[in-house]
Amino acid sequence: DILKKRDSSYCSLDVDTLNSQTVEVIAIAKSVKCRGSILVTHLAHISTVELTLTTPNSRGRKEIIGPTGPLSTTMSTQNSLHMHNSLNKPLEELEEEESGDTFELNIAVTNPEKMGDGMNAYMTYKVSTQTTLPAFHIKTFSVRRRFSDFLGLYEKLSVKHHLMGCIIPPPPQKSVVGMTKVKVGKEDPSSAEFVEKRRAALERYLQRVVAHPALLQDSDVQEFLEREELPRAVNTQALSGSGFLKMINKASDAVNKMTIKMNESDNWFESKLQEVENEEQLLRRLHASVDSLVNHRKEMCINTAMFAKSVAMLGSSEENSALSRALSQLAEVEDKLEQLHQEQAFSDFFILTELLADYVRLLGAVRGCFEQRMKAWQRWQEAQATLQKKREAEAKLLWANKPDKLQQAKEDLTEWEAKVGQCERDFERISSTLRKEVHRFEKEKCRDFKHHIVKYLESLLRSQHRVVKCWEAFLPEAKAIV
Amino acid sequence: KGSNEESAPSVSANSIKITDITQDGETLTFAITSQKSSSSAGVCVFRTYEDFDWLQQSLLSQEDVPGLLGVIFPPLPGKPLPSTSFTQAKALKQFGFLALGDEWKIYCKALELYLQQVAAHTTLSKSKALSSFFSSTESPGKHRGKKGIFKRLSHVMEEMRKEGHKDVDKFFQSERDSCTHLSVLFKVSTEKFLDTVLTKQKLAVACGHFSTSLHLVCNHDNPAAVTFSKICLKLSDIIEAVKVNFEKVSDNDVSSMGLALDLESRYQEAKKEMLFRRTCKLVELEAANRNSERAKPNKKAIMEGVQKATQKEFNLISSVAKKEIEQYHRARVSVLRDFLVSWCEKQLSTAQETSALFSQHLEACRGFVV
Repeated sequence: DILKKRDSSYCSLDVDTLNSQTVEVIAIAKSVKCRGSILVTHLAHISTVELTLTTPNSRGRKEIIGPTGPLSTTMSTQNSLHMHNSLNKPLEELEEEESGDTFELNIAVTNPEKMGDGMNAYMTYKVSTQTTLPAFHIKTFSVRRRFSDFLGLYEKLSVKHHLMGCIIPPPPQKSVVGMTKVKVGKEDPSSAEFVEKRRAALERYLQRVVAHPALLQDSDVQEFLEREELPRAVNTQALSGSGFLKMINKASDAVNKMTIKMNESDNWFESKLQEVENEEQLLRRLHASVDSLVNHRKEMCINTAMFAKSVAMLGSSEENSALSRALSQLAEVEDKLEQLHQEQAFSDFFILTELLADYVRLLGAVRGCFEQRMKAWQRWQEAQATLQKKREAEAKLLWANKPDKLQQAKEDLTEWEAKVGQCERDFERISSTLRKEVHRFEKEKCRDFKHHIVKYLESLLRSQHRVVKCWEAFLPEAKAIV
Repeated sequence: KGSNEESAPSVSANSIKITDITQDGETLTFAITSQKSSSSAGVCVFRTYEDFDWLQQSLLSQEDVPGLLGVIFPPLPGKPLPSTSFTQAKALKQFGFLALGDEWKIYCKALELYLQQVAAHTTLSKSKALSSFFSSTESPGKHRGKKGIFKRLSHVMEEMRKEGHKDVDKFFQSERDSCTHLSVLFKVSTEKFLDTVLTKQKLAVACGHFSTSLHLVCNHDNPAAVTFSKICLKLSDIIEAVKVNFEKVSDNDVSSMGLALDLESRYQEAKKEMLFRRTCKLVELEAANRNSERAKPNKKAIMEGVQKATQKEFNLISSVAKKEIEQYHRARVSVLRDFLVSWCEKQLSTAQETSALFSQHLEACRGFVV
């Protein structure tokens, strides 16, 4: 709410100020006190506020709205199937900083809990927010939400923002199989894995939502984060995984049939859409590749465990004592290696596989936006056609000399002229927003991928260091055999 | 008494190396260099598998070597099958680890070890066939001698009953028991280890696919697309490094631990065979004893003669066997130690290399400006 005016004084922002004048806030140089750079552009007749929040802090990491936030840094230090509390990291960092001048928002989804019994059971998740954004009443708070609440949020956002050309991050997919296992109460690794997968997906979903400047401002988003009890979201049937995809795919089929060439900017839209579609296919392939990698790693775990067991048995049957000890040590080495493989499989999955899956869905959402723009164009064309008809009707009436009907016709004409004007403005607006959105999305995608690749490398390196330690520990044992 | 007492200068076991292998259709020819222990002059001969087989058969069928049955014969690897005639799966089933590795590297190593073991054996090293193998310009396997007449372990019921025959000596009974038990465990370990190696190879292939696919992200229409392509290429390089690591790790596995397990398994089989031969002799001896006791007066002398001869043979075999077993235990531990140390050192070195490479990649990625 604090802006720096042209004359270098500070003022507070309110709706009237926004409406009455164009306030342009220039980014302030990075100083200790005010580390945020806020760009607010006020459009004359529509109060659309675009907020771009960036805080490149001394650590060079995007603190606020990192799309992945504190992801798997804590993962390798614990048993991979533990529901890790990813809240710990941002809390420490936040406490280090002064509140108020830096605008931060960290979200974590943790503590899955099963509520209810049998087939009516469901999981709730703790959604914790830490923020210094003034829009929120308190700095740190958390609520419990269930999966359908997340879907409900998406539904509300879609309705509001889709028409504007915003790229709304899609929620995680429903899974009947996965949830049934959880409901039935099977305490096996695969249902624990499913819950963890879903928890992580919900976290990423929310982090992407708040990373979007317009969505962060949305009252539904704020309510989702803050409000104790949310009304139960209904009609989330349409948002099951396959249903969602069908909706997008049907739309894009219709879109492909239309070719509009109004001006050269449409070349941009046409080729961009093609790019998006190509990339989506590519990412699908990559996703399948990594998935198979993950499966092989899991196989590796099983095989290594079996080998470890067999070596342990050799060790206990071996008569030569030094050899026997060495073999027992070897069994332990192999056990450790198996553990490392397990963790690496989880890294592969949560860092790479899910990233690719998320982007396949995100690109689907982007395609949806293009479709929305096409629809807007269609509406405009239809309005123009109707206007033309009304003009012809009026002309006919002029010749026919029916004054009472003529009045009606003139009124119709005015109405439709206004509609055409509105459609045109809508179309222009959605086009320009979409263009900006695509740019924002592409930048974000680069940042996202880079961030994940760095995380992946870190996990690989950690793993390798431990492999080195294993063999270093074993070498003296092997050499001690006489 | 016979050809084995000729003092032919023996081949120095450590000098034996298989330096080359050539393939002509279905035939593999091995180039073997060696030196006599008395000189430093190297000799190189070319041999095919038939020659190796001839050597083994000759060793097995030596006459006039007292207690030969008690010798643990170094095991010869099976006949190599060029990849044209057999699928990878069949080769794996037949040869296990010896089927893996590039261009018969591991197989050659196993053959080399065989020759070294024969040349190092106190009794077998004196064999004329061995020196002929290393020096004869002609291929010795062309002249087929008589096949070994020893009983080989088979799954015939009668044989199996003999295998279980109770021993008269505690030392040998316990050796037989532990041999059976340990050989099963080693077989299982070898199988499981092979599974891990094959999975590592699968992982390498999967990494290769992923890495290649990442190259397809190639778009230079706008700055963001260029950046994204670069990022994907970086990831591709990283995955390539992961792939190379898997390949090196599985190579290390095959060439040390894999070979060690294979050798250990085959040598245990050889020991088992020797013990079985002795057991058969025991059965024969006990039969001779019974015959001698039950013999009618006119046959008694003959039976007693047979009994005495058999007893003498059995004692000789047992004494040779005992020495052989002791030698086997010493050598076996030493061989396993060498392989385990070599395996560990190789894996450590590979892990350190990969670690350094990942570190480099991480630095580069962190510094990458988006």
